[in-house]
Amino acid sequence: MLQAGEWAYSEKLKEHFMSPKNIMQGENTDEFDGVGLEGNLQCGDQMMVVIRVDKESEIITDCQWKTYGCASAIASTSILSEMVKGMTLDQAFHISPKDVAKELGGLPDNKIHCSVLGDKALRAAINNYYVRNGMDDRVMQEQAKTVCQCMSITDHDIEEAVLEGARTYFELQEHTKIGTVCGQCKEEAESLLEKFKHIHFGV
Amino acid sequence: MKVYFDHNATTPLHPEVKKEMTEAMEMFGNPSSMHAWGREARANVEDARRRVAEFIGATQEEVVFVGSGSEANNTVLSLFVCASNMCIPGTRMRSTIITTKIEHPCVLETSECLAHRGARVKYLDVDRYGKVDLDQLEEMLGDDVGLVSVMMANNEIGTLQDIQTIAKMAHESGALMHTDAVQAAGKVPVDVSLLDVDFLTVSAHKIYGPKGVGALYVKKGTPYCPLIRGGHQERGRRAGTENTLGILGLGKAVEMRMQEMEEEELRLAAMKSTLKKGIEERIDDIHFNGHPVDSLSNTLNVSFPGAEGEAILLYLDLEGIAVSTGSACASGSLDPSHVLLATGVDAERAHGSIRISLGRGSTMQEVEYMLDVLPRTITRIRNMSTAYIKGGAHAASR
Repeated sequence: MLQAGEWAYSEKLKEHFMSPKNIMQGENTDEFDGVGLEGNLQCGDQMMVVIRVDKESEIITDCQWKTYGCASAIASTSILSEMVKGMTLDQAFHISPKDVAKELGGLPDNKIHCSVLGDKALRAAINNYYVRNGMDDRVMQEQAKTVCQCMSITDHDIEEAVLEGARTYFELQEHTKIGTVCGQCKEEAESLLEKFKHIHFGV
Repeated sequence: MKVYFDHNATTPLHPEVKKEMTEAMEMFGNPSSMHAWGREARANVEDARRRVAEFIGATQEEVVFVGSGSEANNTVLSLFVCASNMCIPGTRMRSTIITTKIEHPCVLETSECLAHRGARVKYLDVDRYGKVDLDQLEEMLGDDVGLVSVMMANNEIGTLQDIQTIAKMAHESGALMHTDAVQAAGKVPVDVSLLDVDFLTVSAHKIYGPKGVGALYVKKGTPYCPLIRGGHQERGRRAGTENTLGILGLGKAVEMRMQEMEEEELRLAAMKSTLKKGIEERIDDIHFNGHPVDSLSNTLNVSFPGAEGEAILLYLDLEGIAVSTGSACASGSLDPSHVLLATGVDAERAHGSIRISLGRGSTMQEVEYMLDVLPRTITRIRNMSTAYIKGGAHAASR
């Protein structure tokens, strides 16, 4: 049996994997004020986040979840659910995967991918709360912006490629085929590449 | 309790192998040297060759020691794209290779590379149990086909192929036949003359021998070209000073296999059957992958929808049990097993699969412990899984 120190993961991650916090019991999502679901089973991970919100203060009083996925996915949703309690909707909306990874004591590079669905599901739950409460105008969509017109590659595709391991423009091209036709988007793509490398990996 | 159920990944050294290797630790001579030190090493290497030859029903000069099963497979496949007419392989002018969709990556990736170098590669489909489609093979065979390479037993699902029939078909069309017997050798009888193959791959560390050594059978008179050049070792078929200790360990490992295999297979088959029955009885909604009968008696591959493979693996690890999973999340790509996908299993089921592979040290007590731990592990994972919320969840937020 592996000893703790031999895990590729931090103690904190192991703790949340061994004893996940705030798992949603039962199946009734109507009991909650907002519900968000991201990912799909075919891809190997899916997360659902449900929240209870104090209407007056807009503070998240409860956050529960269900996750289909690997150890990193389970632990990152667990820790996320702890992080958001007591936050305002606005604060919670701006939690990034990097914040989650930091709270977990870091994630191996090849596992960052597994943790990004949690905050996405949380934002979906917050948006769902706005919709349910007639505040459609506050719903913040994560609009994708097309960077490469020829191959129709968006900033989301670039982010995804970075999470899957692309670190150089060449690797980005291998992942997405971006800039393989006219090549005019190279500069913008490279700056987005750097941006997402910084956001997710701090490099 | 510590339970190692991952013998298809690798095996511990057999105590006898360990003993023989430890005793030989002082042996450092180069088998190519003519003096006493060299002769001692040479004698040990040739003794191992004799045992390996006996193990697979070959003659000694047909056994080439290599660095791994992967190297053996690379060597065989690489024979078939050479454009040279200076040596025998190059004059065959048969540049199509037929293999299967469920081979080990060392065959699949080499095939892909050869395709870039001008070879044509055709991949045989398998049925839901992992058996290759013989009708499709018949259609694919022709005078352009130089090699048919089909693994004898699959590492993930354990399905055994009818190598004898496939080899017969290959030979009738003038192609050579290779089988990767890394998982089969030492678990089921392997005899190259019965199988009638031209090349066969064996690895030491799957049969309680050391890592970093394998053997390639090359039938006498078969066109051959070394992958690693620049030395006369192995009769010019594999350059590089021999891994003497490793080869000695392989020799002892096959000797022990010949003594123990038959009885052990019966024991493992009984354990697998208990395991299978127990899982069936104690866990709902499961699927066994692989052939129900024509399968290695140590290998059980099972899918648990709603639970992801890596999570199962790590929760079992926390309880002291080692298995492996067909869900390759570690790569960051979340690619489900190519073997399971080839058998028509959908991605979700493939993500939720684990492989339990028993070995000579496995006991019925370990099986009982597994049957105690596994059901609660699956229940625990399913309880936190989005996939196990009835109806609503999938549509809840959209």
